[in-house]
Amino acid sequence: MNIVACVKQVPDTEAQIKVKPDGSGIDESGIKWVMNPYDEYGVEEALRLKEKFGGEVTVVSLGPARVMETTRTALAMGSDKGIHICDPALDGADAYTTAAALAAAIAGIPHDIIFCGQRAIDDDSGQVGPILAELLGIPQLTVVTKADLDVDGKTIKAIRPIEGAQLLIEGTLPCVVTAQKGLNEPRYASLPGIMKAKKKPVDTKDAAALGVTVAVKAKVARFIPPPARAAGKIVGGDDPATKAAELARLLREEAKVI
Amino acid sequence: MAKGVWIVTEQRDGVLRKISFELASTARKLADQLGEEVCAILLGSGIEGIAGELSKYGVDKVYVADNAALEPYTTDAHAMAAAKVVKENDPSILLLGASIQGKDLSGRLVGKLATGMAADCTDVKIADSKLLATRPMYAGKCYGEIVFSSTPQMASLRPNVFPIVENPKAGTVVKFDPALDPSQLKTKVLEVQKDTSGKVDLTEANFIVSGGRGMKGPEGYQIIEGLADVIGATVGASRAAVDAGWRPLSDQVGQTGKVVSPNLYIACGISGAIQHLAGMSSSKYIVAVNKDPEAPIFAKADYGVVDDLFKIIPELTEACKKLLAE
Repeated sequence: MNIVACVKQVPDTEAQIKVKPDGSGIDESGIKWVMNPYDEYGVEEALRLKEKFGGEVTVVSLGPARVMETTRTALAMGSDKGIHICDPALDGADAYTTAAALAAAIAGIPHDIIFCGQRAIDDDSGQVGPILAELLGIPQLTVVTKADLDVDGKTIKAIRPIEGAQLLIEGTLPCVVTAQKGLNEPRYASLPGIMKAKKKPVDTKDAAALGVTVAVKAKVARFIPPPARAAGKIVGGDDPATKAAELARLLREEAKVI
Repeated sequence: MAKGVWIVTEQRDGVLRKISFELASTARKLADQLGEEVCAILLGSGIEGIAGELSKYGVDKVYVADNAALEPYTTDAHAMAAAKVVKENDPSILLLGASIQGKDLSGRLVGKLATGMAADCTDVKIADSKLLATRPMYAGKCYGEIVFSSTPQMASLRPNVFPIVENPKAGTVVKFDPALDPSQLKTKVLEVQKDTSGKVDLTEANFIVSGGRGMKGPEGYQIIEGLADVIGATVGASRAAVDAGWRPLSDQVGQTGKVVSPNLYIACGISGAIQHLAGMSSSKYIVAVNKDPEAPIFAKADYGVVDDLFKIIPELTEACKKLLAE
């Protein structure tokens, strides 16, 4: 079975995000970079499929040179080889361009199932997985918390929570599956795994090598800090009952929400 | 030249979802600035009768595909139908909901239409006759203003953020053939398991009461459930509480959980880790109840109570009960 896991490198969830004074981007100094948490679930699921069905896991990443570290992490977890798409022309690429580059890289290798995180916690757009599926002409099963591949390896059943319900959906392979928290508990890279990862092959490619024309269709014209919230008030009172009654009164009379 | 502001509506079991009216109202506002029409796409089976509801919120034309293969929603069928009618009509702007279904569909459409898209927007406006979309990034730690160089200019709107405005139009219904190719329908829904609790999903809730590490254990949530029942709220949780196994994953609010924007968010025993704040800071009113006066959550709260939540919440529940009975 040929399994692909797409990984992105993102600032970790504790990172403070500061916008550059000219609004052209975020200040990357001091940021700790990690594998996108949702991609970790994808890599873990890819490794479990490999353990069950045999085959190979190829990890595909996109981004500047620092992304090699995240690629190596996925290899240290147990993936077999990597493709790192690295091209300054792709910095700040929109979802379509990113997916087009990933699709070009993946189209060139055998692929039965492709895992992506359901969204990356930096751009938060959740679009790359579906666009990738469309560009490869294969179905998508998005935001899944459980994935069961049939023994014949031809169809997959997945649990997909939606607002107020949970769906059991079925798709045919090859397909793109986007991972939601709950899919599994990602393993840590072991020390021997980390040593081995250093020797695993990673193919670095630029847009030209993939035959991708970079034409960004939606771009961030300006980054801005979040709207500031006005200072709130501390609700006073001598005892819990007084404080609670005052809070209820404020919610009703001042905020008019209850 | 591309013209018209289009929306992809969302219905479930023959009922239009609230996001559809948020989309219609927002599209109307944009279309009025451009002097263009609002057109809605409505997909499903046996749904022609609900098309008229959209015209109440400013929709001029509803393009309806009524076909058994469009019910229930599957990505392949809906993307094929929507892409067909969009390509035939060449709109300048295409809006969808950033609901779970909308997110699934929008990416597929971006691929089919080879265009640019801004996801999960909290503001959209017209600047120089073009769409300018504002969206939270890094779970709201910063925002980006998105501009487009292709059409349709696509944006998905965060549920619960855009106002619903009545603006009745004559509203014509245009039926179209979705021209579905059965060989291209590669996914199907085998089973729908409905949540029978009757609670509104966190992403659509107007009221949320959330508990964190300060709840001390799963039993602590009983008092939160009590308050939630009285004010009609949905219960949420911090990552700490979910990771401890006190609450299900679906309750998690934050950067690696759900991003919510209710009218009222009551944070109980939540210190306010940045990854949690990111997921709820677009709430209209925030209340924090925490023993620790230094907790970062107080910097985001409109109303803060520094006290033991196990004493405050039951009292607040009683106080709300009294006020609501008046």
